[in-house]
Amino acid sequence: MLSFLSAAAATLQAYPEPTPAAPPAGPLTEIVPVPLPTGAHVGEALAHAATPSWAMLAYLVAGVLFILALRGLSHPTTSREGNRYGMAGMLIAVVTTLVTHMPMKVGDAFNSYAGPDFASLGEILAAIAIGAVIGLVTARRIKMTDMPQLVAAFHSLVGLAAVLVGWAAYLDPAAFGILGGDGLINPVSRVEAGLGIAIGAITFSGSVIAFLKLAGKMSGSPILLPLRHVINLGTLVAILGLVGYFTMDQSLWVIATITVLSFIIGFLLIIPIGGADMPVVVSMLNSYSGWAAAAMGFTLHNSAMIITGALVGSSGAILSYIMCKAMNRGFLSVIAGGFGAEAAASGGAAKEQRPWKQGSADDAAFMLKQAESVIIIPGYGMAVAQAQHALREMGDHLKKEGVSVKYAIHPVAGRMPGHMNVLLAEANVPYDEVFELEDINSEFAQCDVAFIIGANDVVNPAAKTDKSSPIYGMPVFDVDKAKQVFFIKRSMGGVGYAGVDNDVFYMDQTMMLLADAKKMVEDINKALDA
Amino acid sequence: MDFISILSIFVLACFVGYYVVWSVTPALHTPLMAVTNAISSVIIVGALVAAATSGSPIAKWLGLGAVVMASVNIFGGFAVTARMLAMYKKKEKK
Repeated sequence: MLSFLSAAAATLQAYPEPTPAAPPAGPLTEIVPVPLPTGAHVGEALAHAATPSWAMLAYLVAGVLFILALRGLSHPTTSREGNRYGMAGMLIAVVTTLVTHMPMKVGDAFNSYAGPDFASLGEILAAIAIGAVIGLVTARRIKMTDMPQLVAAFHSLVGLAAVLVGWAAYLDPAAFGILGGDGLINPVSRVEAGLGIAIGAITFSGSVIAFLKLAGKMSGSPILLPLRHVINLGTLVAILGLVGYFTMDQSLWVIATITVLSFIIGFLLIIPIGGADMPVVVSMLNSYSGWAAAAMGFTLHNSAMIITGALVGSSGAILSYIMCKAMNRGFLSVIAGGFGAEAAASGGAAKEQRPWKQGSADDAAFMLKQAESVIIIPGYGMAVAQAQHALREMGDHLKKEGVSVKYAIHPVAGRMPGHMNVLLAEANVPYDEVFELEDINSEFAQCDVAFIIGANDVVNPAAKTDKSSPIYGMPVFDVDKAKQVFFIKRSMGGVGYAGVDNDVFYMDQTMMLLADAKKMVEDINKALDA
Repeated sequence: MDFISILSIFVLACFVGYYVVWSVTPALHTPLMAVTNAISSVIIVGALVAAATSGSPIAKWLGLGAVVMASVNIFGGFAVTARMLAMYKKKEKK
């Protein structure tokens, strides 16, 4: 601790002494579009760039703590400890930065005081406090079913913060220590800042669209523009070209155009993607927010930011990959968008009237009680109906009757990776009763009842048999092997996201329970009580 | 630090990320997204540097804005992750 303090003191002393030649600090409202660095500025920049080694070590420690935070998530028992490592890492990174980049007063003709600028420091701490209040209140109030929107909203903030930091670095390169000897920004730093701004802007506008779609404030169906692939590719190429050109010309218009084009491309990339592909989109944006942080880390030569950016970037990329694999679709086909629109158009005509059986809550309760083993398959419909608590009560009832109850979760169930797991955990379902697709799929042949609540495409056998189906090849639950299937669905009219009819509806052993998922499960609970 | 050492850190961290994230259990994928979200707000470091500057008032205010956003994310992200993980507690009576 002592060495920490003395090192900090050394940093403060290393700050350049006030020089009489230094111009008096202007009022805050003064506008300085592109600073013209003077010799004194460059000297200051060099002093800034030399981060003391204790600070570099501290950032490294923060980076390692972030790795441990993710490592903890390998099991529910170690996960909360992991989260605490993450918080500790963030605290170290923030405190280190506050100490090494203490706002300073240089002193002028009117005020000879030179030292830490406590007014500025106060503003910074106030900014942190404002963010803390907003963040903590949101985190406490948010409903677990609204988690996907919240994550999308948080991503947009990271993206926008990256854009702002990139712009700040451009406007005040001396403070970031990225000035070259010629008084211009280092070309390498220009590429890093340019890429950081571009990725941040894409993350921001993409996340805003994802948020609007997930929150139902905008239609979840794909919006298809003519020539969209040409427009998108053209814009991307233009952005990359401008980032390249930025190394030769650091004019304001270049970086402004990069920013605007990136906002537009983020918007264009996400609007053609439909609601149920959002798990992929949210993970992809998660990945982007990481790359944006990494790019800023390159600009600042900061190891904590680079390590974190790489972690978050690969995390999002892996999650997108898992989601795509679970739908048997290429990443590019998801990103290209438009899925579901064509299928609904073609599938609608071919639909035929086939006989199906409707059951009541009493029938379902009776048969569930008689069963030996029940596998429950939740889907997005359960989240919409908020049926997870009623469902857990049903599970408890059945367990009291000696029925074995298991939950089966498809990787793409819901609107974000692990969405169903969180909802079941919220409803106090023990995690050892919840199984992944590969672990439980073989058990359907031995189980008495498959209870499908709010899922559809993930149990559609067409994915295994019908080569022409848009979901062909997607791994699905073998519910057709179960002796009895209960299918909770709001009406027979709707189809799943992929817009294909489901043979499970018409099987002999299937009983359709047409109602709101929560109401139906509550009715079953009443019938079980009786 | 020169560019090559930074690049080395970055590339190695990508590999670490790859292996660490594959070991995350699928049940915790939502908390994983929330916590990666929180830690990617380490971008607050850049925001703090900008906010502490005296060279350009605009840069300073951009920095302060970014500090607010990043800290929403940091506090919100960690708090919501903690809230979710608390629900994954093992049930005692079984």
